[in-house]
Amino acid sequence: MTASSETVFSPPAVDGAGTGHANFGRLLLAEWTKLRSVRSTYWSLIALIIAFPFFCWLFPYLTVANWSQATPTQQANLLLDPIGSMMAPGQYIGQLAVAVLGVMVTASEYSTGMIRSTLLASPRRVRMLAAKSVVFTLLILVIGEVVSFAGFFIGRQTFKSRIIVNLDSGDIRQVLGGGLYLAMLALFAMVLGALIRHVAGAITGIVALLLVLSGLISLIPGQIGKYLYTYEPTNAGFAIISKHVPDNFLLTSWEGYGVFAAWTAALWILAAWLLVRRDA
Amino acid sequence: MIEVKDLVKKYGATTAVDHLTFTVAPGRITGFLGPNGAGKSTTMRLILGLDRPSSGSALIDGKPYRELRDPLRHVGALLEARAVHGGRSAFNHLLYLAQTQGVPKRRVSEVLELVGLTSVADKRTKGFSLGMGQRLGIAAALLADPRILILDEPVNGLDPEGVVWIRELLKALAAEGRTVFISSHLMNEMAVTADHLIVIGRGSLQADMPVGQFIAQFSNSAVLVRTPRAAGLRVAAERHGWTVTTTSDEEMLIVTNSTAPEIGELAAELGIALHELTPQRASLEEAYMELTRESGEFTHHVPPTAAPALVIPTTPTAPSAEALTPGGPDDRV
Repeated sequence: MTASSETVFSPPAVDGAGTGHANFGRLLLAEWTKLRSVRSTYWSLIALIIAFPFFCWLFPYLTVANWSQATPTQQANLLLDPIGSMMAPGQYIGQLAVAVLGVMVTASEYSTGMIRSTLLASPRRVRMLAAKSVVFTLLILVIGEVVSFAGFFIGRQTFKSRIIVNLDSGDIRQVLGGGLYLAMLALFAMVLGALIRHVAGAITGIVALLLVLSGLISLIPGQIGKYLYTYEPTNAGFAIISKHVPDNFLLTSWEGYGVFAAWTAALWILAAWLLVRRDA
Repeated sequence: MIEVKDLVKKYGATTAVDHLTFTVAPGRITGFLGPNGAGKSTTMRLILGLDRPSSGSALIDGKPYRELRDPLRHVGALLEARAVHGGRSAFNHLLYLAQTQGVPKRRVSEVLELVGLTSVADKRTKGFSLGMGQRLGIAAALLADPRILILDEPVNGLDPEGVVWIRELLKALAAEGRTVFISSHLMNEMAVTADHLIVIGRGSLQADMPVGQFIAQFSNSAVLVRTPRAAGLRVAAERHGWTVTTTSDEEMLIVTNSTAPEIGELAAELGIALHELTPQRASLEEAYMELTRESGEFTHHVPPTAAPALVIPTTPTAPSAEALTPGGPDDRV
């Protein structure tokens, strides 16, 4: 236990002191270390990697199995947007794993007290938040695209006997959109965690938004209902994975994704501002 | 060098830090002392840029903490509150900190070795005892070989061996010319560790001086006298301007503002026989309690119980009898 005191006074074990330009790169590396060294990251990503393709297989499988019992309208709808139909169930499940992980990435720093170590090491708080955002969003973008394409190929294979799915220019947007949506959601959830600073509270908030609020507001009648539905951040983002936007959606798919991005950016700026101002 | 200038921190109507000004110089251990709730931790958090001051400033080598480049190379800090993610291993916790500062990975193993945590480096920290957590915090503080150390209650949770270890470590670091600033609510720990003391109570400065001077200035030494002619001696002693406290034992007096030889001389002059004449040496703990008695946030309504050897029920006019108690319940580590 009692170490010899010489070890303390070994020459400063630091490289590149004074060369400050590598700082952001260091922060990226450090945030990556943080992300890969806790179990919640693995559990959430395993859930995403298993659940997403599984549900992309399940829906087409049940559809093909019950094809003869489907009404002509149902059959027509499926033929209208087969990619959206097979990928939506995977998205619904997969987004929960991403949202929970996103919240944990920031809020758990507060609930554990880790944030104090983080801010002592990087007192330029906005840079720290930026590094965390880049690392986490890129990670989910890569994994999101992988599961999205995996889900697509599995679903297409399963549909093959009834529906032939082609990847023309419009349809590839839907498949790419699966990963894009998850990546933006990851950042959105992470920012929400940074704002709420409480794991349970932030998870409740984002799950309520994704599962309850986004659907509930489609029940509001009239033009106001359409506006609320369209500009609700997750609905807006989800438009990127459907071939045709719903009737009560006022924008195009890409515009919807832009709305989601704008929400995320606004909340990010608010989180950064509060991070600098609030006591840790 | 740490410079705190007119520092104020308010939480709503409560003033946690009240116009504090002091300097912590390199090359010695500066003890930061005060009762619980006196504002020690808050002051340290303000110095470390975790909290924003309401007014005033706290500078590290002339700069606010938030403006330091690679701050862990300047300042190593141990906070009182837990500052690790329990699901991360000790090694990865330190690796993260090292990477933010551009400190090589091998240094992580070095500091783990130094604090004696090598065998649990890959264990998740949620299973750590208070003492192990404290050692990990000290490892983090020493990680980037800083010139300044700010440690909030560093001996908290350490076993006696650990207490001696940290004390020797801090002394060695100070002897190297580093600035060592440690807080404690334990006066006796400071007495054997610190060279200089900064004492605060209710957020404001009470004392800023070398340890020796502090004892001399703030302690009244008392003398216990036992004599069959207590009443006569008392009258004579009071005529000399000494403070005399009677006790329930009518042959026993406590005399303050005087010395044993003076009292002995006086008794001899008067022909009074003394059965006992014992100086009660004031410790640092007594001096500290004397100084901060009114300033703790959670002051006792009843004075802390005296040690069993010297239970002296005092008369209401006995202001310094309390200083005789060798310390409250938490005076020893």
